[in-house]
Amino acid sequence: MKQIELNQVSKYFGEIEVIRPLDLQIENGEFVVFVGPSGCGKSTLLRLIAGLEDVTSGQILINGKDTTKLAPADRELAMVFQSYALYPHMTVRKNIEFPLRMAGLDKKERNKRVEDAAKALNLTDYLERRPGQLSGGQRQRVAIGRAIVREPTAFLFDEPLSNLDAALRVGMRLEISELHKRLGATMIYVTHDQVEAMTLADKIVVLQAGVIEQVGTPLDLYHNPKNTFVAGFIGSPKMNLISGNEADKMGAHTIGIRPEHLSITKNTGLWHGVVGVTEQLGSDTFVHLNCESFSESLTVRADSDLSVAYGETLYVTPDLTHLHKFDKNGLRFDEKA
Amino acid sequence: MFSYIQSSKPIGTSKVSTKHSRSLARIMVAPAVFALLVWMIIPLSMTLYFSFKKYLPLRGGDLGWVGFENYTRFISSSSFWPAVATTMIIVGGVLIITVVLGTLIALLLDQPIWGQGIVRIMIIAPFFIMPTVSGLIWKNMFMDPTNGFLAHIWRAFGAEPIQWLSHASLPSLIMIISWQWLPFATLILLTAVQSLDSEQLEAAEMDGAKPIRRFFHIILPHLARAITVVILIQTIFLLSIFAEIFVTTAGAFGTKTLTYLIFQRVLESQNVGLGSAGGVYAIILANIVAIFLMRIVGKNLDR
Repeated sequence: MKQIELNQVSKYFGEIEVIRPLDLQIENGEFVVFVGPSGCGKSTLLRLIAGLEDVTSGQILINGKDTTKLAPADRELAMVFQSYALYPHMTVRKNIEFPLRMAGLDKKERNKRVEDAAKALNLTDYLERRPGQLSGGQRQRVAIGRAIVREPTAFLFDEPLSNLDAALRVGMRLEISELHKRLGATMIYVTHDQVEAMTLADKIVVLQAGVIEQVGTPLDLYHNPKNTFVAGFIGSPKMNLISGNEADKMGAHTIGIRPEHLSITKNTGLWHGVVGVTEQLGSDTFVHLNCESFSESLTVRADSDLSVAYGETLYVTPDLTHLHKFDKNGLRFDEKA
Repeated sequence: MFSYIQSSKPIGTSKVSTKHSRSLARIMVAPAVFALLVWMIIPLSMTLYFSFKKYLPLRGGDLGWVGFENYTRFISSSSFWPAVATTMIIVGGVLIITVVLGTLIALLLDQPIWGQGIVRIMIIAPFFIMPTVSGLIWKNMFMDPTNGFLAHIWRAFGAEPIQWLSHASLPSLIMIISWQWLPFATLILLTAVQSLDSEQLEAAEMDGAKPIRRFFHIILPHLARAITVVILIQTIFLLSIFAEIFVTTAGAFGTKTLTYLIFQRVLESQNVGLGSAGGVYAIILANIVAIFLMRIVGKNLDR
């Protein structure tokens, strides 16, 4: 069942077009991630759904009901902000309780829901503290707690992990993923980090300059990117995009090949290049090759036991079944078609 | 983001100081502390000195020590308690008006409006006008019962003009002083309003709080600190208000504050000893108020 539906939604800030008219369907219980470079309009899109910004044109349907003109509180959505936006003068308990108090629930019900949320998020020991006395991860959990007590139809997350350090971010990512599985609620999550998008999402929406570039499952985007933007944005390290002579030889304007689809040898291969930087991750080694035949440097995944020296010449051959071809507009095409 | 970094530090461990840097700091502030002490101690000790003397400059000068006689005379005078009451009414009235109106105007000024810069400068303007001048302007141009602006308005509605400074003397004075101090309160509260994280208001909006409840649950608690600062600073200055009373009612019609009473004892009755004793009472009163306020401020600043 379609839970949230955007019909030709657009947004202007004065003369500036932030969101071009777009359509999007979000299914019940789905974990949808909006991803894109900064300034692509992903946060604006989330705020449009939340009702914190008014749409310039178009329609937003939630559970089949037109909510375009409804106030944020009446859309039955809950949002977790980038800065957490906790109320600093209230204790954790008061913070989590706040939406319930505003909804006019009686004290007993409020207490029960707050205790349940606190238990689920390991916050029971911190209920009487103020946000200022908590660590970043704990504040994040309070913000999530404040969202879940309302039992909303969908959760909105606006770059919730960007204020946390790397180790905590991985931990919170897992917690959010688990929360989604446990609650089974629809979640919309905004991030500029494609790793977060790949690991969390059921469905990724890639945005650029206010336009949806592609919508699909993480693996779908990874294996079948629609254009060079999605190809370059999804995946870490990035897909190698090569244009010029070598691409012409294969009948394309640009060719794309992921680092793991290049095989590396010391003596023969299609392309050869000089070893630049090598990044050893333990499980893999990423070798950056500077090739003569094209200007772009080539990232190649190799086994970690491969020993290469700076300045050494190596040969690589692409796996042609995993080669992507793009036309001069950046769109991918299949030769069969 | 930066505020997050700062506030993530545990409370009370942020001061890094060694013994060496602390003693150096003491030496560095010593001249300032010394100057301040001299500045305060000399007038204070002279006041104390005169308060124990019978000193009448035009009627024999220094007539010797009298012990606590000045103190008992000052406090048993029939005008002492009314003066204390008047002082409190003026200070309290001005504080209520400036804080309430200041908060509301600050909220209005925070809205995006056309000509915001000019409006903000206009709002500050009364603060630049000397107390004497503003007192005279209010007295002659607004509150004059025959030619004042307010009298004309009253007549336009067919009403009898109010004799502001004689029949409603205290409310008139509170009005004049509030007009002068409102810009100060508005300005401090405006900066506080502007420092409120807009995501907090948006979160409250998503949590279902309507504008009035957002004001009482989010904005007002955020302003608590600024409001205590406004109250503290204004109280210090309002306790010694003088010029406005001098040029409007000259202490008549029940507008004699403690400061004005001291002025009358020293200059009008030419009794320096009695006035000095009044000065010491004023110091004690100011300190009681200050301790009381500091406790509130301390509680609010600790968060």
